[in-house]
Amino acid sequence: MQDDRQPILSVRNLKTSFFTDEGIVRAVDGASFDVHLGQTLGIVGESGCGKSVTALSILGIVPRPGRIVEGEILLRREPEDGQAHEIALTSLGDSSREMRSIRGAEIALVFQEPMTSLSPVHTIGNQIIGAARLHRNLTRREAGELAVELLSLVGIPRAEAAIDAYPFQLSGGLRQRALIALALSCEPRILIADEPTTALDVTTQAQILDLLRSLQEQNGMAIMLITHDMGVIAEMADQVVVMYLGRVVEEGPVETVFGESKHPYTQSLLRSIPSIHSTPKVQLPTITGTIPHPYNRPAGCPFHPRCPDVIPGVCDKHEPELHSVGDEHLVSCFLYHPVPETIS
Amino acid sequence: MLAYAARRLVLAIFTLWTVTVLSFVIIQLPPGDFVDAYMAQLSATQSNVSEQHFESLRRQYALDRPMHEQYLKWMSGVFRGDFGTSMMWRKSVLDVIGDRLAMTMVLSLGAIVLTWAIALPIGIYSAVRQYSIGDYVFTFIGFIGLGVPSFLLALTLMYFGFTLFDSDIGGLFSPEYQLEPWSWGKVKDLLYHLPLPAIIIGLSGTAELIRVMRANLLDELRKPYVITARAAGMSERSLVLKYPVRVALNPFASTVGYLLPYILSGSVIVSVVLSLPTLGPLLLGSLIAQDMFLAGTIVMMLGALTVIGTFLSDLLLMWIDPRIRFGMVQ
Repeated sequence: MQDDRQPILSVRNLKTSFFTDEGIVRAVDGASFDVHLGQTLGIVGESGCGKSVTALSILGIVPRPGRIVEGEILLRREPEDGQAHEIALTSLGDSSREMRSIRGAEIALVFQEPMTSLSPVHTIGNQIIGAARLHRNLTRREAGELAVELLSLVGIPRAEAAIDAYPFQLSGGLRQRALIALALSCEPRILIADEPTTALDVTTQAQILDLLRSLQEQNGMAIMLITHDMGVIAEMADQVVVMYLGRVVEEGPVETVFGESKHPYTQSLLRSIPSIHSTPKVQLPTITGTIPHPYNRPAGCPFHPRCPDVIPGVCDKHEPELHSVGDEHLVSCFLYHPVPETIS
Repeated sequence: MLAYAARRLVLAIFTLWTVTVLSFVIIQLPPGDFVDAYMAQLSATQSNVSEQHFESLRRQYALDRPMHEQYLKWMSGVFRGDFGTSMMWRKSVLDVIGDRLAMTMVLSLGAIVLTWAIALPIGIYSAVRQYSIGDYVFTFIGFIGLGVPSFLLALTLMYFGFTLFDSDIGGLFSPEYQLEPWSWGKVKDLLYHLPLPAIIIGLSGTAELIRVMRANLLDELRKPYVITARAAGMSERSLVLKYPVRVALNPFASTVGYLLPYILSGSVIVSVVLSLPTLGPLLLGSLIAQDMFLAGTIVMMLGALTVIGTFLSDLLLMWIDPRIRFGMVQ
C-alpha cells in the first residue's frame, strides 16, 4: 500500500460506555474506520446512534460518567526525518499535556450548536485569540492579526469589526463560520464537524458546506463529517460510515454505499430521502419502530426488530460482524455472510 | 448607555423619595408618639413630672402638628444636612449615628468579603466535582449554615469562647480601647475582633451563595461552549475559570445591591447578642422608644443603601454582560 494511502487517523474497535446509575449505556460499541488526509469521511445515522460520542472519544473529552472501555485510536504523525510514526491517543491520559497539545492543534472540532457553542460574554476575537495562543507561539497582536485573517478566510464580512463582536450579534450562519475559524486557528490536519449545518437554514447550509470543501482544497486537511442528513453525505463525503446503535453497519466509498447499498438499514435510510421523481403528497417510506432504548439493546443484530429482511433464529441470536462485500465495501449483516459455524 | 444610566438615576431618586415618605408614615403608625412612650417609661420608674413638661416636649419636637407638616419640616432639615434631633438621646441624629455607621460599614464589608472569598471557591469546587465526597461535605455544612439561626451560633461561640479560651468575643474592641480615640492600636484591635462577627453574620449568606454558585455553574458546565473550549485543548482549570465561571458570576452582580442593607438589617439580633456598636441595635432601640427622627434617618439610610446598591449593580451588570450592554437578552 502506498504511503499516501495510509490513514491519518484510525479508529479500531472503539467502545465507549456511559456508566450511569440506571445501567451501562454502550454509546459506541465497536466502531472501526479510517480517516484520510484530503478526504471527507461521512458518519451517518439516526440521532442517538453514537456519532457525537465517537467524535468526543477521538478528542478524549467524553464527559463523565462515560469513558472509552476498549479499542484504539491511532493518529499518524507527519514524517519526521523520513520516519512516520503513529501515536495511540487512547493510551494518553485525557487531560495529559500531550493529549491537550493534540486537541485543537492537530484535531479540531466544530460542534453542532452554533447558537451556544461560543461563550456569550466573550468577543469572537477573544475566543479565537485564546485558542490560537494555546498551541502557537504568538504574541497577542500576532494572534489578533491571525484572527482577522481567519475570519475573512471563512467569509465573514468586515472581519476587523467582527473580532470585537459578541456571538449574539451575529446570525447563525456567521456564528458557524466563526466557529470554523476558531477550529482552524491552529491549522489542524483533521477537522471533526459534528452536525455543522443542522441548526441552519438550507441556503446557509449549502454555504457552510461549500466553505468546508474549499478549505479542504486549500489546506488538504481531513474532514470527519457527522450528520444524519444523507443529502449532506452525498454532497460532501468520499467515504461513508453508517452507524446504528453504536455499531458500524456499513462502510465504503460514497458511490458504492449510495449505489449498491447492502445493509437493510442503509437501504431504508436512502428510501426515506424525498426524490424529485416521487409522486407528490405521498408519505415517504419510514423505518418502522424507533431506536431501542440504550438500556435494553436487542440481542443479536441491534437492527433486527426494525429490519424488513430479518432472518428469524439468526439475526436475533447472533451478532453480525463487518465483512467485505466488494472493493472497500464492508457490511455487517447475515444476508451477505453466513452465521459463523462455531456459534451456530 | 448614558441614557440608560440617566434613566436609572432619575428612578433611583424617585424611589428614595418614596422610601422617606413610607418610612416616616410607618414609624408613626403605632398609636402614641415618643412622649407617650417616654411618659410610660417615667411612670414606670415613678418619677413625678408635670403635664406641662410633656406638652412643652411635644411642642419642641412639633409632635402636635399634622403629619405632613412634620414630614416637610424634617425633609427641609435633611436637605440642609440636619437630620433632626434624637429625642431619646437628646443629641443630633448625626452625632448619635456617627461612629456606628462607620462600624456597620466596616463589619458589613468584612462579612461580604468573607462570604465571597469562602463561598465562590467552594461553589466552583462543588460544581466541578459534583457528587464527590468534598461536594457532599460542603453541601452538608452548607445546609447546616442555612438552617442554624445566626444569633444561636453567636451565643454558642460566645459560650465556648468564654469557657474554653476564657476570652470575651463580644464587641468590636477590647475594653481598654472601648472609649479611646482612634489610633493604630485601636485599628489593630478592631481587625483582631472583626473576623468572628463577620463570619457569624456572613454564614447563612455564605451557605446560600455556595448553593447558588454551584447551581449556576452546573448549568453553565453543560453548555456546548465548554465542549468547544475543551476541544480547543484548554486545560480544564483555565477553561472553567475563563468561560463558565465568568458566565455564572453574572447573576451575582445583580444581587450585590441587596447585600449591604440585607446584612445591615439581618444582623440586628446578632449585633444585640454580641453587643456590636452597629446601627442594628440602635434602630431597634429607636423603634421601641418611637424616636421617630432617629428611626426615620436609619430607615432612610437603609433605603438609600438599597437604591444605591441596586444602581451600582445595574451598572456592574451592564459592564460585565455584553448582552445587557447592547440591550439584548438571549
